[in-house]
Amino acid sequence: MTPTEADAYSTSAAAYVHVPFCSSVCPYCDFAVVAGRDDLVDRYIDAVCTEIMTSESWRPLEAIYFGGGTPSHIDPLLLGGVLDALSLKHGISADAEVSLEANPEDFDATRATALRSLGFNRVSFGAQSFDAGVLVALGRRHQAGQIESSVRAARDAGFENVSLDLIYGTPGETTNSWSDTLSRAIDLDPDHISCYALTVEPGTPLGRAVRDGAEAPDPDIQADRYENADKVLNAAGHTRYEVSNWSRPEHECRYNLNVWAQGQYEAYGNGSHGYRDGVRFRNIRRVDAYVRAVESGKTQRSGNDVIESWDAEIDRLFVGLRRVVGVAPGPGVTAFLTSDSGRRLLDAGVVNMVGGRLTINRPLLTDEVHRCVIDLEAPECTPTQIQ
Amino acid sequence: MGKSLRREEAGAAVGNGSSGLVEGTMRGSFPSRNTVTDQTRIRNFSIIAHIDHGKSTLADRLMEKTGAVSERDMREQLLDSMDLERERGITIKAQTVRLDYTASDGEGYVINLIDTPGHVDFSYEVSRSLAACEGALLLTDAVQGVQAQTLANAYLAIDAGLEVIPAINKIDLPAANPDRAAAEIVNILGGSANDIVRMSAKTGAGIDEVLETVVRDVPPPQGDPDAPLRALVFDSYFDAYRGVVCYVRVVDGHLGSGDSLRFMATKEVHDADEIGFLTPKFIPVGTLGPGEVGYLITGVKEIDRIKVGDTITEARTPATEALSGYAEPKPMVFSGLFPTDGDDFEKLREALEKLRLNDASLAWEPETSKALGFGFRCGFLGLLHMEIVRERLEREYDLDLVATAPSVAYQVTMPDGSVTEIKSPQDLPESIDRQGVAEPYVKAMILTPSEYVGPIMELATKRRGIVGNMNYLSPERVELDFEIPLAEIVFDFFDLLKSKTKGYASLDYEPADYREADLVKVDILLNGQPVDAFSAIVHRNGADHYGKKMTGRLRGLIPRQLFDVPIQAAIGGRIISRETVRAKRKDVTAKCYGGDISRKKKLLQRQKEGKKRMKMVGSVEVPQEAFVAALKVDDDS
Ligand SMILES: Nc1nc2c(ncn2[C@@H]2O[C@H](COP(=O)(O)OP(=O)(O)OP(=O)(O)O)[C@@H](O)[C@H]2O)c(=O)[nH]1
Ligand code: SF4
Ligand SMILES: [Mg+2]
Repeated sequence: MTPTEADAYSTSAAAYVHVPFCSSVCPYCDFAVVAGRDDLVDRYIDAVCTEIMTSESWRPLEAIYFGGGTPSHIDPLLLGGVLDALSLKHGISADAEVSLEANPEDFDATRATALRSLGFNRVSFGAQSFDAGVLVALGRRHQAGQIESSVRAARDAGFENVSLDLIYGTPGETTNSWSDTLSRAIDLDPDHISCYALTVEPGTPLGRAVRDGAEAPDPDIQADRYENADKVLNAAGHTRYEVSNWSRPEHECRYNLNVWAQGQYEAYGNGSHGYRDGVRFRNIRRVDAYVRAVESGKTQRSGNDVIESWDAEIDRLFVGLRRVVGVAPGPGVTAFLTSDSGRRLLDAGVVNMVGGRLTINRPLLTDEVHRCVIDLEAPECTPTQIQ
Repeated sequence: MGKSLRREEAGAAVGNGSSGLVEGTMRGSFPSRNTVTDQTRIRNFSIIAHIDHGKSTLADRLMEKTGAVSERDMREQLLDSMDLERERGITIKAQTVRLDYTASDGEGYVINLIDTPGHVDFSYEVSRSLAACEGALLLTDAVQGVQAQTLANAYLAIDAGLEVIPAINKIDLPAANPDRAAAEIVNILGGSANDIVRMSAKTGAGIDEVLETVVRDVPPPQGDPDAPLRALVFDSYFDAYRGVVCYVRVVDGHLGSGDSLRFMATKEVHDADEIGFLTPKFIPVGTLGPGEVGYLITGVKEIDRIKVGDTITEARTPATEALSGYAEPKPMVFSGLFPTDGDDFEKLREALEKLRLNDASLAWEPETSKALGFGFRCGFLGLLHMEIVRERLEREYDLDLVATAPSVAYQVTMPDGSVTEIKSPQDLPESIDRQGVAEPYVKAMILTPSEYVGPIMELATKRRGIVGNMNYLSPERVELDFEIPLAEIVFDFFDLLKSKTKGYASLDYEPADYREADLVKVDILLNGQPVDAFSAIVHRNGADHYGKKMTGRLRGLIPRQLFDVPIQAAIGGRIISRETVRAKRKDVTAKCYGGDISRKKKLLQRQKEGKKRMKMVGSVEVPQEAFVAALKVDDDS
């Protein structure tokens, strides 16, 4: 993917649909999820369709992403209904990427076929690990074998774009078990792989356990695992294009490329975040509160941030720098290069200038760069240059 | 009767003078001689004790009992009026209050009491207070018994020629052992254990007996009413509206409102704009007679123009001989204070000047550090004093400061034989550029249960202490005297002592002399660059140990950076130890998709606030705390 191609996503139209239901909540998860509330599913999907139909119509969507929660947990027909609503409201491009997240614990041939025929063409499995001990430590309910069967089912149903999510650095994981997870993932011949460091979020059961003395992931070990993953995945033909994402050529996730190119995206469902017409907005996080708000005709929004011109430039760097291609020149890049902390990062080799673009050379230190970016100040004399 | 008359005058004075200041034109409008209290009816005493033995609480009870404070206005440790005193529950500044008491003999007495601080840093406040009194009430906690400051303050009072009246406090506590405490006191003061008042400042038990004993045993003042005025300025403070307020004790003659006064040491002449006494409210009066304690306002706005310890006399008929004043408190420890934001340098100077208005013991001079920029080398009475000053600067003046490790003052003999004093390790010349260095010693006293004598001796010897006398106050309690370099005890010695003795030992010390020692400067290099603010002067024999401890400590304190940071300790270019803070490898959010952007930015912003507490030293980020915390190295000695 060339930088120009990556930046071109800034003009695409995308949509996110949140499906909060899971069969149980994993101890490390801090997403807007519920377990044991399947009684709410029908009302919830109705509410999402209502939200779609009452939103401002747009142009045909080029990328749609059903995330969660576990979209694969509910009846595929309900997801089909949501796609219909999106199509009615905005239209869906003929070659749109339509993704959903799926859990290997409840994915099979029937489900795969149904989803594919409804229009989904990309599936991303929460595989996490092929090590039984690690899966237990993560509180996952599936076994390694189910990952393999799920991928096979997806391929058989005609999904030409399959992705796997992996988690590294779980206490108890070893160098060998991580290598083994990587090679078993590669053996399944996915088109796309995301590798995430296990992150301890405050307020989750894992967060509380660590606070009370349980072993926390070791950042140095996680750095080792990350470097190992990059090497192994590269050798297998997967190129990294974002901090935590690798893919075969032409198989990057287009929905996410839109986000990182600071493109616009609609967002529907509880706890979802969108960005349209210069406004970042978010919905009520609790499922039941969200449903009630929509049903009663009240606003489901819980916040709006108007992104002024300089903030938009900061955001362009903030999200764009996560990509390997980095960001094109602009006032933000100039401000970065002339700031003390920016220069320090350049001197330390954490960032680089490549073909006029600012790029991060050490992806594991991205937050260090981000802390500098969020405080950049607009150059005083040239406010009109900023779009 | 005389007293109630004075109250009315007080009202008149407030009514006539706007803002409560009595103008010069008021002069002579008070009947002056016939209203002062007869000296036989005056009792002046200080309450002295070890820290926390209940001085301020006793003052509360005495004020309550004598009706000085109404029930409505009463609160615990009323005289501890500064925010910091109330928060920490300790007295920092001595306070004076005047009580009216009708004793069992039916006579009315005026009692002036001074509540003093117990902490060793502020012992000069005790000396000042004692100079205004004829008696001292020595409190001892019935649980803790005699402690180091009990002894030290008792000796101060005895040396000042005061009548010392012992009392045992906190008898209400279940663990109280008043008999043991009484026996220990008898060993110091003599007398009979049966004569010692036993009381509780909490429940009020025995308070009447305290008052009666004070009236009976504190000698009345014996000033000469007909001699020229001599009054001692025993304290002062700055009030934004009234200027400098002096606390005075009239020794001879009379101090009248409106009088033209000569300050004998400063040789300045000022009018007595307002005089009065504290109940603890300010009550203006026309005259203060011999033996009386009160306040004086002259309209002087600059605190430096009034010297505590000075003698006041009348300008027209001056006394010939001044009272013996007292030595200014001398700073014992020095530390650099630097604003984290270099632009705050002037703000820091102004804040220090304002603090000094009420804290004459605070001294400073500008200091420049390569690592920390422009700041001030400040002198303090001890670590508590240093902590309090820093806290006040940060809180009351909204400053963000880096404090460097405290040091003591050294005397350096130069090649030409001249002697200079240095207050900062970075000023120590290389060994070839000096003939010698001398360091301050103190006389230290530790009171401890006898079973801890062994560990304490070991600790003191390790710190180069020379153990002298050992006195048994009782079979279980020992007083250990020794001489020890100030630098060895001023920082963490007390904490170590407490931990080695389960908190039972207490420590007191006073400056002794300077002694030559084989001292070296240990420099700390971060990333190859010496950081002047980390330099320390230590004894050669302890230098290696110090260097290792210091580099190890810093390795724990300095967060990982973008590159490896070597930390070295060196003596004059020779590296004595080395540690490395490994470069940070991972600082990244694993997932960042559309949803998280605003939240993620807020999180990073918060992390950044945390980083503001960092100081850039060369290219290395060092937490502000590191400059002081690094010095607390000796956890195993
Ligand atoms: N039980 C009990 N507690 C007391 C008594 N007298 C004082 N205290 C408590 O002891 C603590 C210290 O009392 P203070 O009056 O502040 O002691 P202090 O001697 O003025 O302390 P410094 O001024 O810091 O030296 C407080 O918590 C008091 O409430 C007493 O007679 N009985
Ligand atoms: S399955 Fe995924 S979304 Fe659901 S609780 Fe687990 S981690 Fe969270
Ligand atoms: Mg007190």
